[in-house]
Amino acid sequence: MEVGLKRRSAVGKNVRKVDGLSLATGRPKFALDIDIPGALVGKILRSPHAHARILSIDASKAEALPGVACVLHCGNVKRIPFTTAGQGWPEPSPYDTVLFDSKVRYVGDQVAAVAAETEEIAEEALKLIKVEYEVLPAVLSVEEALAEGAPVIHDEEDSQGIYDAAHNIAAAVDIPVGDIERGFAESDVTVEEICEIPYSQHTPIEPHCVIAYFDEDGRLVLRTSTQVPFHVRRIVARALELPMERIRVIKPRVGGGFGSKQEVILEPVAAALALRTGRPVRMALDRSEVFISSRTRHPMRVRVKLGAKKDGTLHAIEMEATSNTGAYGTHALTVLSNVGSKTLPLYNKAPHLWFHGKAVYTNLPVAGAYRGYGATQGYFALEVAMDELAGRLGMDPVELRLKNHIRAGETSPIFEKIGEGREGVPMVVRSCALSQCLRVGAERIGWDEKRKSPRREGPWAYGVGMAVSMQGSGITGVDMGAATIMMNEDGSFRLLVGATDIGTGSDTILAQIAAEVLGVPVERISVYSSDTDFTPFDVGAYASSTTYVSGNAVLRAAQEVRRKALEVAAGMLGEPAEHLELADGKVISPRTGKSVTLSEVGHRATYVADQKHIIASASFVPAESPPPFAAFFCEVAVDTETGIVRVERFVATADCGVPIHPKLAEGQLEGAIVQGIGHALTEELLFSNRGRCLNANLFDYKIPSSLDVPDVEVVLVDSEEPTGPLGAKSIAEVGINGPLPAISNAIYHAVGVRLTRAPFTPERVLSALRQGRRLG
Amino acid sequence: MKIYLELNGKQRYEEVAPGESLLSLLRRLGMKSVKQGCATGDCGACTVLLDGRAVRACTVFAPQVRGRRVTTLEGLGDVDDPHPLQEAFVEAGAVQCGFCTPGMIMVAYELLSRNDNPTPEEVREAISGNLCRCTGYVKIVDAILLAAKWKREGKWR
Ligand code: FES
Ligand code: FES
Repeated sequence: MEVGLKRRSAVGKNVRKVDGLSLATGRPKFALDIDIPGALVGKILRSPHAHARILSIDASKAEALPGVACVLHCGNVKRIPFTTAGQGWPEPSPYDTVLFDSKVRYVGDQVAAVAAETEEIAEEALKLIKVEYEVLPAVLSVEEALAEGAPVIHDEEDSQGIYDAAHNIAAAVDIPVGDIERGFAESDVTVEEICEIPYSQHTPIEPHCVIAYFDEDGRLVLRTSTQVPFHVRRIVARALELPMERIRVIKPRVGGGFGSKQEVILEPVAAALALRTGRPVRMALDRSEVFISSRTRHPMRVRVKLGAKKDGTLHAIEMEATSNTGAYGTHALTVLSNVGSKTLPLYNKAPHLWFHGKAVYTNLPVAGAYRGYGATQGYFALEVAMDELAGRLGMDPVELRLKNHIRAGETSPIFEKIGEGREGVPMVVRSCALSQCLRVGAERIGWDEKRKSPRREGPWAYGVGMAVSMQGSGITGVDMGAATIMMNEDGSFRLLVGATDIGTGSDTILAQIAAEVLGVPVERISVYSSDTDFTPFDVGAYASSTTYVSGNAVLRAAQEVRRKALEVAAGMLGEPAEHLELADGKVISPRTGKSVTLSEVGHRATYVADQKHIIASASFVPAESPPPFAAFFCEVAVDTETGIVRVERFVATADCGVPIHPKLAEGQLEGAIVQGIGHALTEELLFSNRGRCLNANLFDYKIPSSLDVPDVEVVLVDSEEPTGPLGAKSIAEVGINGPLPAISNAIYHAVGVRLTRAPFTPERVLSALRQGRRLG
Repeated sequence: MKIYLELNGKQRYEEVAPGESLLSLLRRLGMKSVKQGCATGDCGACTVLLDGRAVRACTVFAPQVRGRRVTTLEGLGDVDDPHPLQEAFVEAGAVQCGFCTPGMIMVAYELLSRNDNPTPEEVREAISGNLCRCTGYVKIVDAILLAAKWKREGKWR
C-alpha cells in the first residue's frame, strides 16, 4: 500500500461530519425540502382486502373532481412484471410485482394512484374511485400457505423467478456440508431450539418520499429518499419502459433507511403520474403506510440443532429457516440465504452442517431488506442454542464461544456454498479480534462476578447474558462502487461518489480516506454523492458495503490522483516522483528539502505547462467480504410479578478493522443495538384475523425512546483488515444481531425460562414463568 | 383568514386555513427544518417553540398561533453563525441522518433555558417524546450535556 498506515492524518480521527452543521442548522437538504412550482400531490388507493381480484375500477367520478389531474390503475397502465428489490442486476428476487395489478394480495396493496392539485383533493378523489372486488380466501400464516390445497397467491402467468408458485414458495435453499446424521451421532451432547421473530418495521423517522419533475430538456428527475439511486433509475426504466438516459435520480440527504429504502416503491408511481400529467408530482407515505405498505423484516421461525463433543467443540449444526416473505418475494431468497451464510461460518469447527429453508408467500405485508438481513433471525436461534449448549456442557458461555469461533487465517465451507442467491466464493478470514472482543466485553460488564451470583431484589430478578455475531462487508463479485476525484487548481479536491449516505456518515469517511492519501485536511475535499447524472456508479447503501467497497474505490482513485500530482511536482522540483512525499498540502523532496504547494502544482497543471486536469476514476468489486465481529453482554432485570423486562446495561465490543471515524462507527453500533433492544422488548406488528394491521402508528408500535434503553456502552477493538481501505471493515449491521439472543439469555440467567418468541413482552414472560421453563 | 405571528424574531402577517396545522404553515413559509415524521404527535420531529415552550407543530392549528411567538431551528442559528447547541450536536456525533435533529435541538433548548445543569436522566426525560431511530440516543444525550457545560461556562451568546 502506498500510504503508510502509521502516519494517518485523517483516518482514525473524529473529524467533523461533512454534512453535520448544515443538518444541525436545518438547511433544506431532504427530498421534500425543495418546492417545485406547480407540483401535484400523489396519493395511493390501497386494498381493504387481504386477497381479492379486482373485477372493475370506475375512476370517472374521481377524474371529474376539480383539481384532479389523473388517476392510474390496472385499467390504464401497462402490465410489466418487475421486482421492487433494489439489488444488482439481474436481481435474485422474483419478478412477481406489477405497478397496478388486477389482483390485490394484502391489506394495503396498491390499487390506484391519484395526482391532484392539493393533498385534500387527492384524498377526496381516492374516496370517489369505485372498485369492485371478488374477495378470495386469504392465507394469513406460513402454515396456511404451505397447507395442501392452500389458495395460490401468485397464480398470474407472467411472473418470473418464483421457486414454486403453486405451493406459495417464493424461494428455497438446501445446503448440506459433510454428513449431518453422522455428525449428530458422533456428538456427545445435542440441543435444539426454535426461535421466532414477528413482523417488525424499520421506522426511519423520515417516511419514504419523492419528487418527480422535468428538467429544462424534459428529462425526468426523481429526487428521492433512497438507499439505491442507481437501482432506482434502472428499475423505474424497466417498470415504465423508459430509456435510462431520460431519467436522472438524485439522492439528497435521507432521513434513515435501515433497508426499507432499498426498495423501489414510490418512485415508479410518482414517475408514472408525472409522465401521464406532464407535471411535477410529490409523494410521501404517511406513517401508517410506512408500516403497512413499505417493507418489514421477514418474520421467521428458525430451528437450530447443535451437536458438540464433551470438551465443547461443535461437531454438527443444523439450521432450518421458515421465512414469511408476505405478498411479494422481494429479497426472499437472499434474506433466507443470509440466515445461514452470515451465521454458520462463525462456528467453523463443526465439519457437519445442514442449512435448509423456505421463504413462503402469505397475504400479509411485504417483507424486504432490513439491517441484519436474515443474520438477525439466524443469530437469535443460534446464540440461544449456544447458551443452552453451554448450560448442558457445564461450560461458561464465553468459553464456549472462545473455543469455537473462527480465527484469522481460517475459512468455512459456507463462504463458498452460499452467495447472493447463488454459490458464493471461497474466502479466508484475514482479520478477527473476536477473542479480544469477548474478553474486553466480559471484563467490562463484570461477567464472572455477575454470572456466579444472580441478584434478587424483591420481585426483581437480575441476570446477565451474552451473544456474538458477525456480518460481511459487501457482496463478493456482485457489488461495485466507483469514485472520481478531481483536483482544483488551488490544491483542493472534488470527490464524486455514487455511494449513498443515508445518515451513516459515508460522505465523511470517504472524504477521510481521500484526504489521507492526498495529504490534505478533510475540509479541502468537497464531496458530492449519489446523483446518477453526475457521480459514478455505486450499488448503494446496503449489505454493509460502503466503507469497504466504495472506500476501496475512493482509495484507488485517490492513489491515482496522487500519482498524477506527484508527476507534475516532479517536473517542478526536478526530481523523480518516487523520491517525493505528499503531506500537509505540499509536495516535498526529503533530499533537497525543497517543496511546492498543491496549489502551485494545480495552477501549473491547469494553466502553465503540459496542461491537463488532474483527475482519476476507479471502480472496486470485492473479491472477499471480510466479516466484522461483535460480542454483546447485557444485564437485565425481570419483574417476576408483572413480567416486565428492563435492560439495565448493554455492553458491545466490536471489531470493524480500523475505524475510519471512531465516533461514527460507535454511533452505528449504538443505533443498531437500540433497534435490536426494540425488537427484543416491544416491536411487533399485529394483525386482525382478516389481515388488517392493528398498530400501524408510532404510539402503538413502540420503538425505544430515550427512557426505554440504557446508555449503551460500546468499545471498538481494532484489528487491521489487509484488504480493507486503510484497514477498515464494515460496522452498520453487525450490532443488530446481538440484543435478541443476549437479552433472551440474560432472562434465562435471571429467572430460568427461555424466551424464544420475540418480543419478550410482559405477557410472554409471565406466561413462560408460569409454565416454568419455556415458551414455544 | 390572516393572522399576525412573530416567526424567528420577525413580524409576519400570513394567510392560514382554519384546519391547517402549524407544521404545514411553517413548512409553507420556508421553515424546512420542521419535519414531518408522523403527523400524529408521536415522533417529535416537528417540535418548535411556541412562546418559548416546546410544542409539536403537527398538533397545533395554525390559527392558534395568532399573536404568538414561534421559534424554529432556523431561528437559533445558521451555518455561518451556529448556535452552541447546533455546534454541540455536531461535535458530539449526535447527528446521523439528521431528521430528528431539529426537534431534538428545540426540546434541548427549552430544557437548558430552565436548567443549565441537567443530569443525564433529566436530559433523557426531556427528549423522551422525540424519537430517533439512528443514534440510540447516547450521543444526543452527550451533545446536550456538552451544550449545557458550554452554557455554564458562559460560552453561549
Ligand atoms: S410529525 Fe409531529 S410529532 Fe411526528
Ligand atoms: S439521527 Fe436519524 S432519526 Fe435521529
